Amino acid sequence: MSATQGNHAAGDNRRLLVKLSIVASLMFGFGYALVPFYKQVCIALGLNSLEPVAVAGTENTQVDYARDITIEFDANAHNLPWHFRAMQNHISVHPGELTTVEYEVVNPTSATVTGQAVPSYGPQLAGQYFSKLECFCFSKQTFAPGEKRRMQVVFLIDPKLPADVHTITLSYTFFEVAGMGGKT
Amino acid sequence: MSAVLDDHGHDHGHDDHHHGYSGIMRWITTTNHKDIGTLYLWFSFTMFMVGGVMALVIRAELFTPGLQIVNPDFFNQMTTMHGLIMVFGAIMPAFVGFANWLIPMQIGAPDMAFARMNNWSFWLLPFAGALLIISFFMPGGAPGVGWTMYAPLTVQMGIGMDFTIFAIHILGMSSIMGSINIVTTVLNMRAPGMTLMKMPLFCWTWLITAYLLIASMPVLAGAVTMTLTDRHFGTSFFNAAGGGDPVLYQHIFWFFGHPEVYIIILPAFGVISQIIPAFSRKPLFGYASMVYATASIAILSFIVWAHHMYTVGMPVTGQLFFMYATTLIAVPTAAKMFNWLATMWRGSLTFETPMLFALGFLFLFAIGGFSGLVLALAAVDIQLQDTYYVVAHFHYVMVAGALFTAFAGIYFWLPKWTGRMYNETLGKVHFWLSMIFFNMIFFVQHFLGLAGMPRRIPDYPLQFETWNKISSIGAFGFGLSQLLFLYIVVKAITSGEKAADKQWEGADSLEWTHLPSPAPYHSFETPPVVK
Repeated sequence: MSATQGNHAAGDNRRLLVKLSIVASLMFGFGYALVPFYKQVCIALGLNSLEPVAVAGTENTQVDYARDITIEFDANAHNLPWHFRAMQNHISVHPGELTTVEYEVVNPTSATVTGQAVPSYGPQLAGQYFSKLECFCFSKQTFAPGEKRRMQVVFLIDPKLPADVHTITLSYTFFEVAGMGGKT
Repeated sequence: MSAVLDDHGHDHGHDDHHHGYSGIMRWITTTNHKDIGTLYLWFSFTMFMVGGVMALVIRAELFTPGLQIVNPDFFNQMTTMHGLIMVFGAIMPAFVGFANWLIPMQIGAPDMAFARMNNWSFWLLPFAGALLIISFFMPGGAPGVGWTMYAPLTVQMGIGMDFTIFAIHILGMSSIMGSINIVTTVLNMRAPGMTLMKMPLFCWTWLITAYLLIASMPVLAGAVTMTLTDRHFGTSFFNAAGGGDPVLYQHIFWFFGHPEVYIIILPAFGVISQIIPAFSRKPLFGYASMVYATASIAILSFIVWAHHMYTVGMPVTGQLFFMYATTLIAVPTAAKMFNWLATMWRGSLTFETPMLFALGFLFLFAIGGFSGLVLALAAVDIQLQDTYYVVAHFHYVMVAGALFTAFAGIYFWLPKWTGRMYNETLGKVHFWLSMIFFNMIFFVQHFLGLAGMPRRIPDYPLQFETWNKISSIGAFGFGLSQLLFLYIVVKAITSGEKAADKQWEGADSLEWTHLPSPAPYHSFETPPVVK
C-alpha cells in the first residue's frame, strides 16, 4: 500500500469516526429526549396523570327540581339507656340534592358504652336509592359517662327513585355492642 | 492461494517479534488486534469466573428453604452483580475479543482501523470491573437493585450505587469505541475484491451489532446519568415526589436493554454461521437471507422494549403493539434456524467439539426462543412476570446461546490463534458435562416459574425444594466443568499438538485459507486479492 493510499484510508477512517461519534452523542441526547416525549405521550393518551381526576363532583347537575321528597327521621335505642333523637323531624329535598342532617345522643349513665346504629327505610325499596356519603352508622360509636354529641348524616336521594314514592322514612336503631365497654 | 501464503512467508520468522516493550508493558501498550483480542478473552474468562462464583452463592442459598448462608441484602447484591458482571464483563467482552482476533483476518486487513483507540477500549474494562467489585466494600455494600437498576430503589441505595453508575459509564465508552472501530474496519479496510456480500457472516453480524451498540449504549448512559443526578444533584427524573416517574426509567432502560439482548446474541449467530458450514462441508445455506434476517432482527429490536414491562399499567393497545412486534422477531430468527438446519442437510457432518457446542446451541437456543414467545404474549406474561420461568428463559438464550457459542468459537479458532490443538476427547467431555449440567440447572426452573416461585428472593416455600435442589446441584456441576475448560485451553496452549494451517477441512474464510497456524503477529500487511 503506497503512502498516499495509506493517508487516504486514514482520512476516510477519521471521517467515519467523527460521524459515528456524532451518532453516539445524538443517541445520548435521545435518551434525554425520551423524558418529554413520554410526558407528551402520557398527556395525549391520558395515562398516568398526577392531577386529581376531574369529577363532575361538587357541582351536582343531576338535581331533579321538579320533585319534592319528604324525608322523615326516626331514632330508637334498643335496650340502651341513651337519649337518641333526630335534630329535625322531617325535611323536604329534591332528588339528587346533597343534604346534611344531624342526630344527637346523650349517654346519661355513669358507664362508658359502645353502640352501633343500624338504618332501615320505609318503604323498604327506597333504601337502594338512599345514598349515604357519610353516616355515624358506618362505625361503632363510644360514649363516655354523661357525654352528649351531635352526629351527621350526609346523603342524597337517587333521581331514579320511582315516581310513586313521595315520602321516605329513615329510621336508626342503636344497639349496644356487647362486651366492648369503653374499648373501641 | 498458495502464492499468497508465500508472500507472507517472511512473517513466519518473526512471530514473536513485538516491536517495543516486553513483559507486562507489552500488553499494556499493545495496539495489535491479536494481542487485544487475547486480552479481551482472558478478561472475559476472569469475569466469567467471578460472576460464576456469585451464581454459586445464589444457588447455595437456594439449595434449601430458609436463610442459611447469606443475608437477604447480600443475596440481592449477588443477583445484581452476577447479572451486571456476566452481561458487561463476561459475554460482551468475549465477543469483542472474537471480533478483534477475527475481523481483520477475515476481511484481509492488517489490523483494526484505530489501533490505539482499540488499546484504550480494552484497558478501560479492568477499571470498570474494579469499580464494580470495589462497590462491595463501600458502606451499604454493592447495589442490590437487580442488574436492571430500576428506580426508585437506585435513587435510595448507598454509595456503592455511584460506583456502579460510573462503571456503566466506562463500560459504555469502551463498547462505543470498540463499535466505532469495528464499523470503520469493516466498511473501510476490506481487501480488494472483498465485497460486503462476500464477507464471512461473522463480520456481518458484528457490523450490525456495532451499529446497535452505537445506538443503544448512549441511551443507557443517559438513563444512569439521570439516576446519578437524581441522587446527588436535585433533579427528579424518576422521583415521584419531585414530579418524576419511576416507570420512565424502565422505558429508557429497556430502550437500551432490548437491543442489548441482540448485541449479545447476534455475534453468537455469526460464530455459529462459521462453524456449522465448516463441519457440514457445505457453504452456508441462504447467505443473503442470513444477512437480511440479522438486519431485520436489529431493526425490530428497537420497537419491542415494553414487552419487559407489560405489568406497569400500559394501555391494552400498547400491550398489543409490543406483543405483535415481539412475535414478529420470531420470523427472521426462524429463518436463521432453518438456514442452519438446511446447511447441515445432506452435509458431510463430523462432530468435533466446536460442532457439538454449535449443535447444543441450536437445540437449546430453540427452547429459549420458544419460552421467549410464551413470554411475549401479554396475557401470559402478566402471570409469569418476575418468576423463575423468566430466569430459565433468559439463561437458555444467554448461557446456551451466547456462552456455548463462545466455547464453540474458542475450540474452533484455538488452533489458528495458538497453532496448537486442544485435546478432542476432553473437549467432548467438557461439552457433555456442560450440556447435562446446564439443563439440570435451568430446565427445572421452568417448572418453578410456572408454579409461581418469584426470582431474586433468597427464600421460598417448602413445595419448591426438590427442583431447587436439583438446580443447585446442576449449578455446582456446571461451575466445576468450566475448570476443565480452563485446563483444556491452558494445556493446548502449553503442550498441544501442532495444528495444521487449515485445521478444519470445511473452513473457508481467509484466516484458514491464507494464513499459517498460529496466525503471524502481523498478517495481511499486503492485502490479499479476493476473487
